[in-house]
Amino acid sequence: MSVFTKDLVCQQAVELVTDYLEDVLSRRERRAFESHLEACDGCVAFVEQVREVLVVSGTVGPEDLDPATLDGLVALYREHRDDPT
Amino acid sequence: MLLEKLLAGDEDAFRELVGRYHTSLVRVARYHVDSDAAAEDVAQDTWLAVVRGVHRFEGRSSLKTWLFKILVNRARTAGDRDRKQVPIDPTLAGPTVAASRFDAKGAWTDPPTPFTELVEQHLDDAPVAAAVHAAIRDLPEPQQAVVTLRDVQGLSTYEVSALLGLTEGNVRVILHRGRAKVREALEGLVRGGRR
Repeated sequence: MSVFTKDLVCQQAVELVTDYLEDVLSRRERRAFESHLEACDGCVAFVEQVREVLVVSGTVGPEDLDPATLDGLVALYREHRDDPT
Repeated sequence: MLLEKLLAGDEDAFRELVGRYHTSLVRVARYHVDSDAAAEDVAQDTWLAVVRGVHRFEGRSSLKTWLFKILVNRARTAGDRDRKQVPIDPTLAGPTVAASRFDAKGAWTDPPTPFTELVEQHLDDAPVAAAVHAAIRDLPEPQQAVVTLRDVQGLSTYEVSALLGLTEGNVRVILHRGRAKVREALEGLVRGGRR
């Protein structure tokens, strides 16, 4: 993403957050982004919010699944586990 | 190990695997096929292939990557439309944060607050997780497929790009738009809870 990075404003900084977290900013962009964060609590909070979203996104379990679907698949499993093709 | 249990015919291991991956499989399949029903079929077909083929799994990739590769191959075959003819313009999805949150110079007028404090004060974790997963479910494709693979299942950007036939740059742009919407949804919930 090419953004004019000298004296980044918040509205530009939020567009760089994913590339920042993925560590693909150019050295110049990264420097501009980090020096903006040093001076901006709002953008620090924004990055923190995104990190929090990522933590929650990564938690997934059987509770997110319809029990009937699970039972159907387990039935499929019982039926086929002994007949490898 | 889950794989060893699966090879031994352990039903609980299979349940665990389905719980962990089925919803994501359906969502990623939905990127290639036109209906939710077709996506369910592709996911079910994938489980059948897993049950029948797990003894041939060589462990050169993770079980997770293997699972999604099977899915994507089947979904492409089942795909009702030729996805290659649908150009993806990831830039069309609007700004990361609504312009109304910034002043004329682009500085926050209504700055965000980390979710943790507000969540601790007003909500327990369950509605937060539910809101995040609902927001992911409501994302349009290809954002839903990309966010599911990258953020829910933790595949690398490279793996996501290979699975979906996108460049890594496009994966990141799509990921960024998807994450922005999920963050916005959670912020809406948290701010609503504060009132």
